[in-house]
Amino acid sequence: MPVPVVEWTFPKGFFSMKKLSRYKAQKGVAAIWDDEHEFLSAVKQVYEKEKFEPLAITPYPVHGLEELTHTPRSWIPWVALVGGGSGCLFGLWFTWWTSAVNWPLIIGGKPFWSLPAFIPIIFELTILFAAIGSLVALFRVCGIPHIEPPIIDKDLTCHKFALFVAQKDHSIEEARKKFEQVKAPEIKETEF
Amino acid sequence: MFQRSPLVLGKKSLKQVTDDIAGLVESKPGIRYFGLLISANTVFIFYVAVLTAIVMVGMGLMGVNHPIAWGTDIITFVFWIGIGHAGTLISAILFLFRQKWRTSIARTAEAMTVFAVLTAGIFPVLHLGRPWFFYWFFPDQRGPLWVNFRSPLTWDVFAISTYATVSLLFWYMGMLPDLASLRDRAKTKMRRFIYGSLSLGWRGTHKNWSHYEMTYLLLAALSTPLVLSVHSIVSFDFAVAGLPGWHTTIFPPYFVAGAIFSGFGMVVTLMCLLRAFLPAFKDYVTINHMENMNKIIMLTGMMVGYAYASEFFMAWYSGSSYEQYAFLNRAFGPYWWSYWIMITCNVIIPQLFWLRKVRRSIRAMFVISIFVNIGMWFERYVIIITSLHRDFLPANWGFFKMTFFDFGALIGSFGMFFTLFLIYIRTLPVISISEVKPALHVGHKDGGH
Repeated sequence: MPVPVVEWTFPKGFFSMKKLSRYKAQKGVAAIWDDEHEFLSAVKQVYEKEKFEPLAITPYPVHGLEELTHTPRSWIPWVALVGGGSGCLFGLWFTWWTSAVNWPLIIGGKPFWSLPAFIPIIFELTILFAAIGSLVALFRVCGIPHIEPPIIDKDLTCHKFALFVAQKDHSIEEARKKFEQVKAPEIKETEF
Repeated sequence: MFQRSPLVLGKKSLKQVTDDIAGLVESKPGIRYFGLLISANTVFIFYVAVLTAIVMVGMGLMGVNHPIAWGTDIITFVFWIGIGHAGTLISAILFLFRQKWRTSIARTAEAMTVFAVLTAGIFPVLHLGRPWFFYWFFPDQRGPLWVNFRSPLTWDVFAISTYATVSLLFWYMGMLPDLASLRDRAKTKMRRFIYGSLSLGWRGTHKNWSHYEMTYLLLAALSTPLVLSVHSIVSFDFAVAGLPGWHTTIFPPYFVAGAIFSGFGMVVTLMCLLRAFLPAFKDYVTINHMENMNKIIMLTGMMVGYAYASEFFMAWYSGSSYEQYAFLNRAFGPYWWSYWIMITCNVIIPQLFWLRKVRRSIRAMFVISIFVNIGMWFERYVIIITSLHRDFLPANWGFFKMTFFDFGALIGSFGMFFTLFLIYIRTLPVISISEVKPALHVGHKDGGH
């Protein structure tokens, strides 16, 4: 009897990491600075104006940038709270259900529901769920994993600072004008 | 009034920092590096052979016997887990206390944590005797029968696996921006692909950084109680048992202090070596960093010394003759030598750090840090062996003798640790680039904080 040949391939895009990501690259204008102080004063001037809020891209967390860009406080602590809370409740339920309900065994004459002895387990699960929850939230909000993101300038992870405005928010001419007003040393049309 | 001493020497520009640190990954390692790697790897292969023999033949190859059922495996397990704690202390607790000097050592200390926990994790599994059933530790692996959640050994499984997971995540998350730096500097396609994948597409926008910093703070805040809980739970393995010498309430704080003590010993050893082999390191890990760590070693060493003394006091004060016997036997019984090695290495030798000259001498601290590690291995030896070798009934008295396989497992574990560590220093950014940059101005006269 002939062996049936099953032909199949992975669905298209199976290995692509792109679909894991939430963000899509957008065309726009970027302005690039070499100096942190000049960059910060430019950010300040740009953000003072109404409804012009470019993305600031920096190689490290620049002190004071959050205030200048009116970035609201991160909501990730709430995720940690919910994650930790669910870890705690899960640990509480799981130790109770396994030890007192599903298969109760007398061990060392202890009660089936021996809460003090279960606290280490509950504690560790609280920490674990909170930590994993916050990290997953961070990944989601940063749009990662996303292999090969578009890069404005290779030195933006080294010593340069940039502002980027997407075309869909502001026209290219308008953005160029704004960046020229704040004396950006380098302005270019790009994708990010 | 007080001029802070610089955290990074040599007035570096942002680009220089990236060049220095990324350069280590991008340049070809020299012959000295390969010499070290091959040596470490040889020991690692020897380790694998020893472990294979133990698994194939059985636990009889090791020194454990009746009544000393916990031997080298558990001693070395506690030893490596303890080493890991300094990494978390540096990366999480010092972060919460806003100690800026931690920035240049945090990454490597955290790496040490991850590798030490990996090394440690093998020992309890090996100790099972039937390591192929190690997954029985986890719930729902033996049909309808659950694990016993009242047992400290089960707590330990949860503690260690949570610790390993969270440390790994914390370490990796801290590396994302630096991996993105490496991605953007990559000259070859292969390198770009590897670091591009590892950096997960980090973009570094201000919104990203805001969430990133918050998550970093959260993970630090979660790791802090976690690291304290881990060694407390390791100490419960002993303290919950009703054995003289183990059954004391001082164990959790005593173990945590000891863990930080031994971990800093290992960090100092590694940093001395890194400074010697990689000259670029000297500007980032300055003598001030080393001095700070030596101060912590001295402090935790004295805490450990206090715990040793307190144990004796409690044995006397409790009026329990078994407890009193256990401690007199520790210091003056057949294992007196191990006890006094412990006291000498952990309590007496670190006192040399009172002298500023010793605290700031690389040679002196290298030697002392190795003594600290020897002493801390012996501390676990003393706790485990001396309490077990005398049972309540003299018929159950015994003696522990380490075999070739005990020594093989102990020495081999260093091979594993150093192999991982050596691969790490040439493939990943050893200093946190994005954390050092904001701290560049500290202590220099051009302003900053």
